[in-house]
Amino acid sequence: MASIQLDKIGKSYGAIDTIREIDLAIGDGEFVCLLGPSGCGKTTTLRMIAGLEQPTRGGIRIGGRDVTHAQPKDRNIGMVFQDYALYPHMTIADNIAYPLKVRGVAADARRAQAREVADVLHIADLLDRLPAQISGGQQQRTSLARALVHPADAFLFDEPLSNLDARMRVEARAFLYHLQRSRGMTAVYVTHDQAEAMALSTRIAVMCAGDIVQYAPPLEIYRRPATTFVAGFVGDPPMNLIAAQATRTQAGIALRAGGLEMAPIASWPALDLALERGDRITVGVRPEHLRIAAGDGNRLRGKLFANEAMGPESLVTLCLDDGVRITARVFGDAPVRIDGDAVFAFDAARVTLFDAQGNRIDGQN
Amino acid sequence: MISQRGANVSSRTGIAFMTPAGLLIGLFVVFPFFWIIAVSFTNRSLLGVNALHPQFVGLKNYLDLFDPATFWSQGGFGPSLWLTIQFVVFSALLGQVLLGLVLAWISRELSPRAKSLLQGIVMLAWILPDVVVGFAWFAYLDRDAGTLNQLLHGLNFPAADFLIEHPFLTICLFNAWRGAAFSMMLFDAALQSIPPSYLETADVAGASSWQKFRDIVLPLIRGHIVTDLILITMWTFNVFTPFLLTAGGPSFETDILPIYTYRIAFKSFEFGNGAAIGVIVMLINLAFSLFYLRLAQRGLRAKGKGT
Repeated sequence: MASIQLDKIGKSYGAIDTIREIDLAIGDGEFVCLLGPSGCGKTTTLRMIAGLEQPTRGGIRIGGRDVTHAQPKDRNIGMVFQDYALYPHMTIADNIAYPLKVRGVAADARRAQAREVADVLHIADLLDRLPAQISGGQQQRTSLARALVHPADAFLFDEPLSNLDARMRVEARAFLYHLQRSRGMTAVYVTHDQAEAMALSTRIAVMCAGDIVQYAPPLEIYRRPATTFVAGFVGDPPMNLIAAQATRTQAGIALRAGGLEMAPIASWPALDLALERGDRITVGVRPEHLRIAAGDGNRLRGKLFANEAMGPESLVTLCLDDGVRITARVFGDAPVRIDGDAVFAFDAARVTLFDAQGNRIDGQN
Repeated sequence: MISQRGANVSSRTGIAFMTPAGLLIGLFVVFPFFWIIAVSFTNRSLLGVNALHPQFVGLKNYLDLFDPATFWSQGGFGPSLWLTIQFVVFSALLGQVLLGLVLAWISRELSPRAKSLLQGIVMLAWILPDVVVGFAWFAYLDRDAGTLNQLLHGLNFPAADFLIEHPFLTICLFNAWRGAAFSMMLFDAALQSIPPSYLETADVAGASSWQKFRDIVLPLIRGHIVTDLILITMWTFNVFTPFLLTAGGPSFETDILPIYTYRIAFKSFEFGNGAAIGVIVMLINLAFSLFYLRLAQRGLRAKGKGT
């Protein structure tokens, strides 16, 4: 296994910058997810690491070795594609062993190694079948086995679970987690599914419009999102964001928005600095930090929009005066009884503030 | 009940729509097919008594063609058949199919602009009318003022009259050049149907271009290759265009079966004999097609092993 460094890499198609300038250091044995909506450049970044695309500028190192202009085969990587890319005319065994075949490994040794990997991935009894004769989850594991059969420095995954149905996806996710952690694989994993990124990563690189917005461990991303984009992308449902107007009062900084009732807060240097740049402040609250109760001081008032009982929790959505929707995640077996006007309460300490540019205002929590 | 009636109505409508095309196909394809077979058993000709009252002669026309006394005679059926088989192997199988495949494989790696330029040039050879192409090749190959001889002269090679000195080679090259576009287009479409990730997986695994072609591309486009082989073989067996360049000569050196048939049927006016040749060519084509299909099926069986 090896580390991967992206050094100011960029990719342009004509005048359009798909990737602007990315620095990314992935440690040996790390599992890094490139997370973002479609078109954010995450797959292009992965393909540049693989050598399937050439960066327009910048450099790539794998294990300290400069591979910026190396062919894919000279990078010693394993890769899993979204569509699995299993060869329909080859048996599962031949598919798994194909990287060994092109390297000139003898047929017996190939077969033995393929069986070994297939054992690990619980597909050893399928070796003589064709890809069309096995399930989607088994196909996914075959494609994983093919990437693993040859010892690589790093493994690249391009949305490998997105073709599976929801149940299989969760199962395969845990499998992948176990495999990567137990083998100490260096992995780069592209996904648009924030739950996958949260579950698998040691660190997540959240991407937006060709840039990395935040690169941090999953819980840090969740608790301290760097921008409103990250806050609104990570979490299911994501963080509630309420655009508010800030004014200085005797009692502190007052935040006002339709439906928001919040006691003035004591300012701190970072907030003062942010207010100098603009008085539009975004108030962010995670759904699990909202309660249905008439608490003191901090409240959100609106009309009931939806009340979804999920089993262990209920997702209650209010529509505020100006049309903004706010969702609370209420834990408990009993369904929430509520209709018409409703009020959510929250602690000021649970609030994340973003400045006028959408960047997190540091320092409060 | 209702759905059955609906089906009847829709099939009746379908038949009504198919009738015009069906009539045309029947008139110009199906009828001549059986008519040729029928004529091949008669002594029908254009002139004389037999034109009006052809007589049933049984297998005489066929026996005449394979008569050992005349079979290998100059301008006879044997040399023409043998020449045609060589013509098919060199200009169709090696020429068009292989060349088309290579062109399609190469064009995959070109930039979009270079690719459409290449395709445009190759297509041009295919879509030009026969007579224009024949004239162009005459002009190109002319002994004294032809482009090719001028080029050779510039490179200090002696001039040659290709149509007289190398007539068979010339029509082989001509036919390969003329028809490669179809195979290229067909294989290009076939290659595009292969998901890019298949080849990218192989790239990451370290496969060479040849390994990718042999292990992944070839098995996946096997069906396209068989289709192409069948069509190209049939077309080449029946191609008449070389007549424009050599008229079958000199001294029968390019007397391929279509030209031979033409001579018998429309110069000697022996329709019965001509029809018999036509039937034999048809049977040869059928044999080739069955052979190709069996090749494909054997491939499929190998594929489906363990099913």
